[in-house]
Amino acid sequence: MTASAPIRLALPVLIAIAMACYLAFPDYLGLMASILIVAAFALSYDLLQGYAGIVSLGHAVFFGIGAYTVAVLGSHGISEPLVTLAAALVVSGAVAGLLARIVVVGNDFTRLLVTLGVDFLFHEAANKMRWLTGGADGLSSFEVGPIAGLFAFDFRGQTAFFYALGVLVLIYLAVWRITTSPFGLALRGIRDNARRMHAVGAPVARHMAVTYVLSGAIAGMAGALLAQTSNFASLDMLGFERSAEAVMMTAIGGTGSIPGVVLGATLFTWLKDALSALSPKYWHLGLGIVLMASVFVLPEGLAGLPARLGRLLRRPR
Amino acid sequence: MARLTMPPAAIRRRTFLSLAPAVAAGAAGFPRALFASGAPVTVGVILPLSGAFADQGSHYEVGMRLFQEMNGTRAAGREVRLVIRDDQGPGSGDLARRLTQELILRERANIILGYSFTPNAMSAAGLLTEAKVPGIIVNAATSVLTQRSDYFTRISVTMSQVAHSLGTWAAGNGIKTVYTIVSDYAPGLDAEKWFVKGFTDGGGTILRSDRTPLAAMEYVPFLQRAIEAKPDAVFAFNPGGDVSIAFIKQAGERLKGTGIKLLVTGDVVDDNLLPAMGDAIQDVISAWHYQIDVDNAANRRFLAAFRAKFGANAVPSYRVVQGYDGMALIYQTLDKTGGRTEGDVFMAALKGARLDSPRGPVLIDPATREIVENIYIRRSAFANGVGVNTTFATIEAVRDPAK
Amino acid sequence: MNASGLLTVLVDGIAYGMLLFLFSIGLSITLGLMRFINLAHGAFAMGGGYVLVVLVGMAGLPFLLALPVAFVAAGLLGAALELTVIRHVYRKSELQQVLFSIGLAFAAGAIANILFGPQQQPIPLPGWATHMVTVLGIAISGYRLFVMGCGLVALGLLIALFNHTLFGARVRAAVDKRVTAEGIGINVGRLFAAAFSLGAAFAGLGGALAVGFLGLDPSFPLKYLVIVLMVVAIGGPGSISGSFVAALFLGVADALFKYWLPEVGGFVIYAILVAVMIVLPKGLAGKPA
Repeated sequence: MTASAPIRLALPVLIAIAMACYLAFPDYLGLMASILIVAAFALSYDLLQGYAGIVSLGHAVFFGIGAYTVAVLGSHGISEPLVTLAAALVVSGAVAGLLARIVVVGNDFTRLLVTLGVDFLFHEAANKMRWLTGGADGLSSFEVGPIAGLFAFDFRGQTAFFYALGVLVLIYLAVWRITTSPFGLALRGIRDNARRMHAVGAPVARHMAVTYVLSGAIAGMAGALLAQTSNFASLDMLGFERSAEAVMMTAIGGTGSIPGVVLGATLFTWLKDALSALSPKYWHLGLGIVLMASVFVLPEGLAGLPARLGRLLRRPR
Repeated sequence: MARLTMPPAAIRRRTFLSLAPAVAAGAAGFPRALFASGAPVTVGVILPLSGAFADQGSHYEVGMRLFQEMNGTRAAGREVRLVIRDDQGPGSGDLARRLTQELILRERANIILGYSFTPNAMSAAGLLTEAKVPGIIVNAATSVLTQRSDYFTRISVTMSQVAHSLGTWAAGNGIKTVYTIVSDYAPGLDAEKWFVKGFTDGGGTILRSDRTPLAAMEYVPFLQRAIEAKPDAVFAFNPGGDVSIAFIKQAGERLKGTGIKLLVTGDVVDDNLLPAMGDAIQDVISAWHYQIDVDNAANRRFLAAFRAKFGANAVPSYRVVQGYDGMALIYQTLDKTGGRTEGDVFMAALKGARLDSPRGPVLIDPATREIVENIYIRRSAFANGVGVNTTFATIEAVRDPAK
Repeated sequence: MNASGLLTVLVDGIAYGMLLFLFSIGLSITLGLMRFINLAHGAFAMGGGYVLVVLVGMAGLPFLLALPVAFVAAGLLGAALELTVIRHVYRKSELQQVLFSIGLAFAAGAIANILFGPQQQPIPLPGWATHMVTVLGIAISGYRLFVMGCGLVALGLLIALFNHTLFGARVRAAVDKRVTAEGIGINVGRLFAAAFSLGAAFAGLGGALAVGFLGLDPSFPLKYLVIVLMVVAIGGPGSISGSFVAALFLGVADALFKYWLPEVGGFVIYAILVAVMIVLPKGLAGKPA
């Protein structure tokens, strides 16, 4: 696969960037950990939209379920992060399996609205199930143990940073593996022309459902990371806003490009943080302008930037 | 709970420096003069300043700045510096937590003043305990918060204080039956629980309790259910802002002529929202800890300064007073500690503090770090295009009944 | 539970539905006809609301005079934006449209915050609006009655415009066969600009009417985005009558469930959305989306 060559290169580069940031900005570990987590979430969404072509405004359902899984287990004495991470993967994947049937029907627009409606239903259900989720107060007094019994989460966020980085790398490799497998190729075929894939006998609906489950499970891991590193789980983690942000980050990064989406998530989260520190009241204006401009400046997202720059540089000669 | 671990040697030094405020609390050996000579005290402020709840946040900020304009920016010889961050409202607990951590680490915040919403304060509780940084809750009203960290105190009010006072008052003042309508989330349930307790303990009867979706803008179906139950009064709580405006307008239309009284917690009829509610507020009865008619020297001074800045007819929200008092509490405590800000020293000085607030006398209960203050029973009236809340009964020095 | 209580709840639900209908017209037009996902649609409604607040609240203009001004102002704002920027976004991918329009909504909210502050805007309503009127034994405020009237008039005008005028015929032609339409001399660009600003104008009217109902602050564009999307999707994008039916249906169903079964009140409209989308993916009107 020639397409995977840049991806192969990109991973070490991304890790190097993360480590450089770690050394250069030791007081920003909290922000960096949340960027890594959000990037993992964006990757899970990219698997769904960028490769299988399934749009969704409700992907945070799985993110939130992952977070709640960690919080609920932690309140009942199961607090080893790797165990609860695996549990979050299983629970989110299972819920995705239940929902897959209603998501794979219909066209893009109906999918957007079905997933949106499902998101609001889960949000309302979580609000009602106070005994389990803590309702609008969220869950904050659950236990998060040291990773593998060795590395406790610290105030400065060092453990959180390396842990989130490690899990993100795993997710990166997993998504890469899935998308370059024969299954991934079939997915691209479905994205580009579902009717033709039907005609050649590919089980289109089953492929889409499987992708939905995989993507939901990965989103659950990202949610678990957030709950573990922030010792907190709340309604907003499965809210519509978080779903919409995943869509935005994927678009900024470049749909269907794994390193692009990681960069997109990074840029988006950093931008929000920097703008809101600069002007806590009016930063939405800056964010809005950047989003609008990106449509014209980066029509293919960050992933399309090298090619675009190349064209610009070649033109004068 | 997360714990402090020993970091790798290469960064141990930097870690120590950045944790200096926390570590100093343990060492406590710094000479007093070092503080007095004036490294600034940094107050990290965390408020909702963008999105649907931006209005709330801006009020607290106005109060904090107004206090500094009236009393100078120095306390106990040290400059008091505000570093303000936007937590974007209740849907972002993990962000409030991260901002707390960053303010302590990056901005070297000595004290955190903020948290308009309960989940945001909840998420930060463990961090404050770990870093031993005092956190002054500017608004979040769920009772249990101050028990979540020994470094928390509250400068607003608890929902239980208000609702219990109102329930008790209603039972003692000729209201026999009540229908409750509260928003279906934690503060609403708190309000319901404590109103019902105060009211039934006083001999009243609850006919029914309905809970409304949080973001609902249509209340006629609920009001109609209440009207059909024929109670003496409806008790309601909803989260303020546009939701409460919609509720009060519809309640004004529907309850008019039925003889059913409307009782609410005072945030629903915030002084500052009255102009947008129009004549629907007529005769609404509420319980709260501040309205502009409080008659004392501190309130006259506060109002004069507020109106000098925002116009002769400007009406401050109770939230302005909470921000203002938050700063007052910080200044007074710094005076007491001689400018020292280490968490344990500061909290020790803060316990038992008394403030001469625009809302009346305020005490920080030394045992629970919870606020003790007057609760006013008020009636709203609308005349000549102007709405006012007028006190007709004062319940003095109310403690949180949940503790 | 009694008959007059039920009717009261029903009528108020209809009034709320009418407001949703006015909000949704513009989005239905841009989504159904121009295939443009305009998540910034609420910004035009907010614009109309602020025009009303300025004219009535600050300049003292009569309410009924200010309403048409809000309508025209929002329409002009829509036209200006369409001609300068938005028309260049039609050909972008759906994802890029989402990105652009959500950015526009963010920016619009921030601009309103800078201009008017974050607070709720008070609006003095005229006496007839707060007066309760009794129609067929049901008490209803003059304001709700007026909103219902506005909704019905808008429905009539728009159906007449799209089904019985040359403008409507041209729009339908341009949507079905753009190249052919251009071939027979229809200026599709100008036509789309007109349709877009028409949608913005009705949003502005809805926003102006909403101030008295729902209040107004800078978070308005995003707050009502989801419910408006739902109305358009259930009605079927591009169908005015579909949006009308969907808006009333949601308003009434929401009200009735709150009245009968308040315990499930928060679930109803979303359950309806999911069910309709699964059973009727193209919405009630069944036009291609």
